[in-house]
Amino acid sequence: MRDWPLWEVFVRSRRGLSHVHVGSLHAPDAEMALRNARDLYTRRQEGVSLWVVPSTEIVASDPGEREAFFEPAGDKVYRHPTFYDVPEGVEHL
Amino acid sequence: MLHDVARDADICHILGYRRPVAFDDLLAGDGRVEPRDEMPEGYRRTLVRQIAQHAHSEIIGMQPEGNWISRAPSLRRKAILMAKVQDEAGHGLYLYAAAETLGVDRADLLDQLHTGRQKYSSIFNYPTLTWADVGAIGWLVDGAAIVNQVPLCRCSYGPYARAMVRICKEESFHQRQGFEILHTLSHGSPAQQRMAQDAVDRYWWPALMMFGPPDDDSPNSAQSMAWGIKRFSNDDLRQRFVDMTVPQAQALGLTLPDPQIAWNEDRGHYDFGPIDFTELAEVIKGNGPCNQQRLAHKVQAHEDGAWVREAASAYAAKHARPTEGAA
Repeated sequence: MRDWPLWEVFVRSRRGLSHVHVGSLHAPDAEMALRNARDLYTRRQEGVSLWVVPSTEIVASDPGEREAFFEPAGDKVYRHPTFYDVPEGVEHL
Repeated sequence: MLHDVARDADICHILGYRRPVAFDDLLAGDGRVEPRDEMPEGYRRTLVRQIAQHAHSEIIGMQPEGNWISRAPSLRRKAILMAKVQDEAGHGLYLYAAAETLGVDRADLLDQLHTGRQKYSSIFNYPTLTWADVGAIGWLVDGAAIVNQVPLCRCSYGPYARAMVRICKEESFHQRQGFEILHTLSHGSPAQQRMAQDAVDRYWWPALMMFGPPDDDSPNSAQSMAWGIKRFSNDDLRQRFVDMTVPQAQALGLTLPDPQIAWNEDRGHYDFGPIDFTELAEVIKGNGPCNQQRLAHKVQAHEDGAWVREAASAYAAKHARPTEGAA
């Protein structure tokens, strides 16, 4: 068990919605990871589909670099509809 | 006009000078700390200890009730109890997973439990002598746990808070099934009523002790509250539990074993008698009725399961080999 890899579990709660991360678990292989994920995260019909992904396969942005990494979007306020002036009385815009 | 104010606020938010969000700023803004954020070592250590102890409690907590699965009075009760004990296992696993985000290994945490270096809730060191005890555990022990756990859904550490949201959703069934067991017994034959009352007599005080020592004797509370791990003091939570439970006991037709329980108009709360905290200290020290039995059973179950883990590992290794060979 000490050597079993960690898997991240994603559940699609119903058709039409994305898979959402719900937690993690240890399992020796993908098949057992799926079965364990079913028993652990969908005991009350919380899902219609499951993904399990080896934790080591997830590439994440660095929280320490967050500012620089996300900064390019910071000065582009014109991407938001609230940036624009709308004259009084104009609707459906 | 409102429109403009909203837009200005947006622009400030988007253009405003953004400092790196440090730990203290996060806490000041009631933000959540996530696994790879920088955090003080004391915060990390406190969380590891608390989450591990919480996980161990869920796992050890399967034993007192598991004791009655084979003797549940009906198939309905048996199915419910199995589902509940399964939930406890699940809660333990959510919590071990949350602890692991802090850089510890579940196998190490289990070692520490098995060797007595980490604790679990002292409530599980009391025996379940009768079927009514299963009801009392659901109603009082899970009831107290819910009062303790609901504020943890807003804990400053994201993975712990998220695990607690799942756990709290599932706990309310636990409390209700316990209440239902006691309600059935307390409205049954005189022998059943006595059994229900006896269970409540034995579990009431230990349930109150689940909230921990009184505030003036709880050295770590202030720091935990400053860190946003703990949201309310032990005594506040204990009072909340008493206020919630007294009317429920009346609905059950059972008496809580404390003659000093009385509504206090001025405080707007129920008064209750002094708690014997020397008993709590003794049980924590290992001198409760079932400490040795609980730990020995846990270690035994872990050792008995070794062949299953080995078989799963062997199967995984065997099926992984052809792929490696082909690569």
